[in-house]
Amino acid sequence: MTAVPALAVEELSVEFRTRSGIVKVLDHVGFSVDKGETVALVGESGSGKSVTAFAVMGILDPAGKVTSGRALFGGADLLALSERDLAEQRGREFSMIFQNPRTALNPIRKVGQQIADVLVRHGGATRPDAPRAAVEMLKRVRIPDPERRVEAYPFELSGGMCQRIMIAIALACRPALLIADEPTTGLDVTTQAVIMDLIGELAHESGMATIFITHDLALAAEYCDRIVVMHAGHVVEAAPARELFAHPRHPYSVKLLAATPGETASLAELASIPGGLPDLRRPDLPACRYSDRCERRIDDCVKPLPNRSLGERHIVSCWNPL
Amino acid sequence: MLKLLLSRLATAIPSIVGVVVVTFMLTRLLPGDPAAYFAGLAASPQAIAEVRTKLGLDKSLPAQFVGYIVDLAHGNLGNSLSTGQPVVAEIATRLPASAELTLFALILAVGIAIPLGVLAAVKQGTWIDHLCRIVTTAGVSLPVFFTGLLFAYVFYYLLQWAPAPSGRLDVFLSPPTHITGFYLIDSALTGNMEVFWGALRQLALPAISMAIFSLAPLARMTRGSMLSVLGSDFIRTARASGLAPGTVVFTYAFRNAVLPVITVLGMVFSFLLGANVLVETVFAWPGIGLYAVNALITSDYAPVQGFVLTMAVLYVALNLAIDLLYGLVDPRVRLDS
Repeated sequence: MTAVPALAVEELSVEFRTRSGIVKVLDHVGFSVDKGETVALVGESGSGKSVTAFAVMGILDPAGKVTSGRALFGGADLLALSERDLAEQRGREFSMIFQNPRTALNPIRKVGQQIADVLVRHGGATRPDAPRAAVEMLKRVRIPDPERRVEAYPFELSGGMCQRIMIAIALACRPALLIADEPTTGLDVTTQAVIMDLIGELAHESGMATIFITHDLALAAEYCDRIVVMHAGHVVEAAPARELFAHPRHPYSVKLLAATPGETASLAELASIPGGLPDLRRPDLPACRYSDRCERRIDDCVKPLPNRSLGERHIVSCWNPL
Repeated sequence: MLKLLLSRLATAIPSIVGVVVVTFMLTRLLPGDPAAYFAGLAASPQAIAEVRTKLGLDKSLPAQFVGYIVDLAHGNLGNSLSTGQPVVAEIATRLPASAELTLFALILAVGIAIPLGVLAAVKQGTWIDHLCRIVTTAGVSLPVFFTGLLFAYVFYYLLQWAPAPSGRLDVFLSPPTHITGFYLIDSALTGNMEVFWGALRQLALPAISMAIFSLAPLARMTRGSMLSVLGSDFIRTARASGLAPGTVVFTYAFRNAVLPVITVLGMVFSFLLGANVLVETVFAWPGIGLYAVNALITSDYAPVQGFVLTMAVLYVALNLAIDLLYGLVDPRVRLDS
């Protein structure tokens, strides 16, 4: 295993200032991604997966504030960089693709131009060369008839095509890290698989590290090396995908797996997780934000969370793991 | 694009026909007898009847309408009863005055409102945002004739900075050679700087009072539209791709935000055409608004018809231009046609 990870997030905390108070969206989140590795960030809606990605990218909503932590990438702390330096690297060293590709593309700009914009901005091509480079990128993401498609507007393309364009934009400058935020949401199942395969192949070709944000555990298991489970702004468990599926240790991971449809489980057998996410505006949030929903709660659960190492690369944040 | 142009032109034809019919009917149905008016207060019934026959007002309405249409087809809008001049010629000399004033006011308003709205949205919550709010609120709450009168009082009467509100040019200057009919352009083209400055000084106050009123909706719409676009997904993508802030704001956000602004621009323009009547009265501006008001007061049919028809054609042309502009900015509109 490589000693230096492509991205190491440490102790990342993020707060959002809202009218009804301060929301502690992330609390000391930590995980790492190695070069060429694909890591899934899973958890239910509101668990802080996307906020983690936005914080690392430096594109948090103005109401959001990073209160602590570091994001080490290529020897620098991304969270300490100025907006100017960060913008230089975004899209070149690390980039991101989003859910709903149709709305994530500029509706009144030709897709070829949108790819060219990124290339020209980061020195991947000069303005005169950019159209040709854009066609090259469309070929890389396997869009048929690329010469014609560079002239298309997003509304003239299907959702799957738009997501390929997004991938082409994100990978135009061959970044070392790609964050894919639910890239298959809103696409039909066959297109989902094609898009995931494409991301996987392109990542493999260039040894790119990938963070894959999803609530779909089955998809994560199929395409990712490791899985980081998040709940209410905490990382509760991080483990190699196979190990997590075989031996989940955190009570929340167990419930999450039980709530995932697989080959064997039918919809009727799926168990929902009781309770909901705690109100993150509460001033008296418990140390373990899952404890209110947890069946294995013990007296120790009020103490600050431990980070227990269970074998190589398997970490669980729980006083009473399985 | 040509297809779009033709289809929009085709839809404009019924509106023009409608306007022709309505203007004819309205002026005939208005109270007041022009024959009695022109025969004079002391005229005998016999004299009035004579005038009526001379004006063709004794014929039946359909017969009058046919005559009107035939004249119209020959580009003849009739003669003004009060001046005896052909209406077409009078409108042709007065329209450039109104057009110059309106366009100048509009350019002024757009030049201020759009940068202000964009800045207010980009720097939301800062002093420039508050400035934008103050300007828009003040703009809509001050009617054009009021600002016009206030300006004339302050800048002409009190401060003596502006020339007398007496039309397009000082009486001691003669108008520039007629090329476009716009004094600013004509004098600049002929290199007559004295007339250029004279015309600009005359134009400043009425144009500014119209601009103040019309920049409010423009700035407000620009700000609102920019804010909603800046919060959209594709702006996040653009930022995540590390595009320079200028590219994000102008190439990505502004081009998308400008669509509703164009709509408002069309509405403001047509509103300004109407507001002309008030401003021209205040500043004795020899435009078609003032012409129409005078004609209406004297029950002078032909100029009123000519005015309404000219305005209708202008509105149709304006809407066509707005549609085409829309098609240029938004590729999705082009597809729909």
